[in-house]
Amino acid sequence: MSLGPARYSFGGDEHVFVELSEEMSLEAFFKGMAITNAVKRLAIPGVTEICPANASYQIRFRPEVVKPDDLMKLLQSIEAVMGDAELELETRIIEIPVFYGDPWTRETLMRFRERHQDPKSTDLEYAARINHYKSVDDFVKAHSGSPWFVSMVGFVAGLPFLFQMVERERQIEAPKYLRPRTDTPKLTIGHGGCFSCIYSVRGAGGYQMFGITPAPIFDPEQKVPYLKDFMVFFRPGDIVKFKPIDRAAYDRAVAEVERGTFDLRIRPVRFSLKRFLVNPTAYNHGLEEVLYGN
Amino acid sequence: MAIEVLKPGLATTVQDAGREGYYHLGIPLSGALDQYSFLAANLLVGNDENAAALECTLLGPELAFRRDAIVAVAGADLQPKVNGEPRPGYEAFPVKSGDVLSFAFLKAGARAYLAVAGGIDVPMVLGSRSTYGLGAFGGFRGRALQGGDLLPIGKPGAMARAGRKLAAELRQPLPRELDLRVVPGLYYHRLTEQSAHDFFEDVWSVAPEADRIGYRYRHGRPLRWKDRKQPFGAGSDPSNIVDAGYPFGSIQVPGGLEPIVLHRDAVSGGGYAMIGTVISADMDAIAQMQPNNKARFVAVDMEQALAARRDYRARTDRLRAALSS
Repeated sequence: MSLGPARYSFGGDEHVFVELSEEMSLEAFFKGMAITNAVKRLAIPGVTEICPANASYQIRFRPEVVKPDDLMKLLQSIEAVMGDAELELETRIIEIPVFYGDPWTRETLMRFRERHQDPKSTDLEYAARINHYKSVDDFVKAHSGSPWFVSMVGFVAGLPFLFQMVERERQIEAPKYLRPRTDTPKLTIGHGGCFSCIYSVRGAGGYQMFGITPAPIFDPEQKVPYLKDFMVFFRPGDIVKFKPIDRAAYDRAVAEVERGTFDLRIRPVRFSLKRFLVNPTAYNHGLEEVLYGN
Repeated sequence: MAIEVLKPGLATTVQDAGREGYYHLGIPLSGALDQYSFLAANLLVGNDENAAALECTLLGPELAFRRDAIVAVAGADLQPKVNGEPRPGYEAFPVKSGDVLSFAFLKAGARAYLAVAGGIDVPMVLGSRSTYGLGAFGGFRGRALQGGDLLPIGKPGAMARAGRKLAAELRQPLPRELDLRVVPGLYYHRLTEQSAHDFFEDVWSVAPEADRIGYRYRHGRPLRWKDRKQPFGAGSDPSNIVDAGYPFGSIQVPGGLEPIVLHRDAVSGGGYAMIGTVISADMDAIAQMQPNNKARFVAVDMEQALAARRDYRARTDRLRAALSS
């Protein structure tokens, strides 16, 4: 588990930007979580934003209160003393229902076909083929068969980036659209590079579109029970398990959302990166038991 | 209800000093794009510094007042009119119940701030009254104003009075050509030496796609990236990185073609390499640039950035002192 030293850079006079690794890995993500959690605990005067990302993080600060060089040195010293202790994470595992191949993302992807690598296929067909799956069904099984880590929240409000918790050679990869779309349905399940995402609002996007979830994940009106505390649902470190659903189940869920009664299956879980890396498949079975056990 | 929107203008939103502490969840800073002019407008009408005002972009709104009020306009040269009669910018003036406030065509700059004594009294969301359009919250119903909207006004403070005005030397300059100071960094090292040099040599024009999310520039030479095998998860284009946070003011160059400076409604992160960050002292000036205005990017180091920041704050203090009575 050797990432090498991080790369430090200033983002103007208000930000320190730290790249933990050029490439994505769970180790880089965990290191970023550990360091940003430590920064949070230190409650450094003058620090106004602490933003962990996939394999990097950034801190916004007021240079009148904390000198840029001092802050950077402090972050470097935190990195230097960071041991393995924080490779464990108290988090939660969440089931997200997905209607794969739904009519709304299909209508959207047909509208933007000339911006796609393969205008003759749907995004699901294309992603299944380039990832060497025999069929879209097999691809959906792979996408929904293992859990995903929320490795970053952002782009727009509440949008989770999701990193697949399998060996690298099994990870789904797909390029972004050749040119970004100007429209993506709200709650689309997208995929670009090695990341899946859930579009929290309708708008522009470049990720391949695989399906749609009925579950609101960002709502300023906070109508469903799990958004009562805060309008954004996901936090970095959450674990997501997708569950394929059909049209009837999707419609039922949407009706529940409208009534404000829709809820998600959420269970607390302690995640150990070390134990996961020994045998991801076996570890994921354990996570599923937590999610679906009593 | 105190103000009825007759015509909304091109993009008029309720803004205050902004929203801090939620960037890690994708919720941007929002707030007035030109903070200095926003502050001037508030101080002119005797408001608290953080009272919500209207940010009027390029084409002003037409507003019917349903209550007597004291108002002031600062920032872009967008002359206010009461019942068609011109009123001065940078000076507090009274508006009677039944009056219509409108604006002449824009002469310079891009954003004017209309402050009303008492502030625009929309609800606070996450500590701010600022509109965040993509997230559809804050401000007036989470969106730009529309015809027929009724805006509530708060109670004017003890400092509210007509006639307070600001000397010319403390007004926001509105040049058509601008030097934007940049601290190179982030993924600057990924540019070829030639491109790292060209970026600061070329004269760039503001593209039509310039809004609260970001300002796009064009007509410079395309930027090229050093060859490398793209890291796992970064995507295939050489301008792609593993998705990371974007600092406020950072410059990204999708496909190497058109640099975008992210502003206060920024997307908080993504997969395009950033090559540096516009210094905090120059972000207000960007907000006053119109499409086709020219900019040159000028490399500065941290010491120069901090000195410019001190100058900016000293000027803000002079503004406060000038309008404190």
